[in-house]
Amino acid sequence: MIATLTVEERQRAIAVSAFLALCGVIMAIAGRDDLLGTHGVIVLLFGLGGIGLVLSKYFEPEPPQERLSHYYDDPTKVGIVLSLGWAVVGMFFGVWVAALLAWPDLTFDAAWASFGRLRPVHTSGVIFGFGGNALIATSFHVLQRTSRARLPDQFSPWFVLLGYNLFCVLAASGYLMGLTQSKEYAEPEWYADIWLVVVWVVYFLIYIRTLQRRKEPHIYVANWYYMAFILVVAVLHIVNNLAVPVSFGHAKSYSLFSGVQDAMTQWWYGHNAVAFFLTAGFLGMLYYYLPKRAGRPIFSYRLSIISFWGITFMYMWAGSHHLHYTALPQWVQTLGMTFSVVLLVPSWASAGNALATLNGAWDKVRDDATLRFMMVAAVFYGLSTFEGSFMAIRAVNSLSHYTDWTVGHVHAGALGWVAMITFGSLYALVPWMWKVERMYSPKLIEVHFWLALAGTIIYVFAMWNSGIIQGLMWRTYNDSGTLAYSFIDSLVAMHPYYISRTIGGLLFLIGAIVAAYNVWMTIRMARSQAAGTAEADRPVLHGAGAALQPGE
Amino acid sequence: MEFDYHSLVGFAKSWGLFYLIALAIGVLIYALWPSNRARFDRAKKSILDKDDRPGD
Repeated sequence: MIATLTVEERQRAIAVSAFLALCGVIMAIAGRDDLLGTHGVIVLLFGLGGIGLVLSKYFEPEPPQERLSHYYDDPTKVGIVLSLGWAVVGMFFGVWVAALLAWPDLTFDAAWASFGRLRPVHTSGVIFGFGGNALIATSFHVLQRTSRARLPDQFSPWFVLLGYNLFCVLAASGYLMGLTQSKEYAEPEWYADIWLVVVWVVYFLIYIRTLQRRKEPHIYVANWYYMAFILVVAVLHIVNNLAVPVSFGHAKSYSLFSGVQDAMTQWWYGHNAVAFFLTAGFLGMLYYYLPKRAGRPIFSYRLSIISFWGITFMYMWAGSHHLHYTALPQWVQTLGMTFSVVLLVPSWASAGNALATLNGAWDKVRDDATLRFMMVAAVFYGLSTFEGSFMAIRAVNSLSHYTDWTVGHVHAGALGWVAMITFGSLYALVPWMWKVERMYSPKLIEVHFWLALAGTIIYVFAMWNSGIIQGLMWRTYNDSGTLAYSFIDSLVAMHPYYISRTIGGLLFLIGAIVAAYNVWMTIRMARSQAAGTAEADRPVLHGAGAALQPGE
Repeated sequence: MEFDYHSLVGFAKSWGLFYLIALAIGVLIYALWPSNRARFDRAKKSILDKDDRPGD
């Protein structure tokens, strides 16, 4: 990792790490009477770790000029490993919070293990930790291949990847300590938000600098999606996190907006986080890895362009459907509802485009679990975008809002679409990155596929049942015109579904653990193969070669 | 003109419609323009090339 940096880049890495460590010291001192101080220590350790890492390899020889005739894949490799690590952690917390709803005693009387603190660890862990790292890793891969140009330098990709993970660590550790802005998917406090902006700008610059040097006349559509993801997330993140800290020595901040403006800004952000973090970026993955794995070009390139612009411009207006029947002006609610319904067109265009690409390769889908992951992802994308458009209609929303139906909808998208396309893409990408023929165990991919599919279906059906029962119980009146059920009645009715939801989530978690093991073993397999070829090409000096088999 | 809630609503309700229609027409023209077919075809097929090195 460090050996691939030039000496100048190693110096830059040390300088940036030192600056980071200094920021950590300032935060720790200024916030010594506050939780900000704890985060200062984490930042300091991160900076010192960076310095130590570079110094440990500082005097290794520079990488040869010949490196420029290869793509730079080391950040992608580390990103894949980080992504799977976060997947296991994030999904573990997911199963835990699911179990908490069924068995509330599982907080063990610890403040940090209360539902309100664990839940954002789950959501940020899977969305930003698992999804974000997978997006960064795959975007570097796709960007280089489709523009036939190497990344512009060797330092900035590491800055983006590791800096982003620092943000994730600050987020998760902050939640456990009770630090939150109380904005869904934007919980981290102001200093973490500022850091993410810096990381994100560098990320975007990597994209622009590589595209400038591209050898292909046309920018492949997957890059459009990745760029929309980076650019729009930057805009959303900055606007929604405009806040004034209590003081520079204090972690707490207050939003610049108030009342209904704050709610509208939050859900403009929240829904576009779904659109551009969880959709556009992963559509980028879909448009590259699915044709690649199927060995067939995308069914209609023109359709992919039309749906790109459709998704980009219509999603922007859909956020207000989260605020039906609130103080938000009626016409803004209607606007959000209308755009949500129209969004079905570009969404289904993408899902249909993916499935039509597979038309003629169904035998591959049957035999290859990796491709099947991608196919199921496209199907769930189609299903959950239909469901989303439907739920955005005001009358439907009056039943579904605030119930578990919403939770089920989110997980149909998150498990069925986002996680499935990610796992499919990673299974395709890992053998390419570590230069081996195939994954360590195709059987385990098959096992993972069925665990993931079974887990998703159990989860989604449990939440559909639970949500609709809940919604109906809340709106049932008796003859005297008062509510027929108390809130506790609806809670008792939901209990069995909470248990089955936990089981569905557990299956999905086990699948992710299987994936992490499979990838880990593939990396070990690649290393032993590389060591084998290196030794075979050299005379054996000592008895060390005795263990080698003739076949090696 | 004072920049208040009503002027914002007026702007959004009128020009918002026109710019989205203009955008839709522009995208359709770009995507369906006959001479763009060649570059789109090249783009969608070129990702399947086996060569894994930067350059032409």
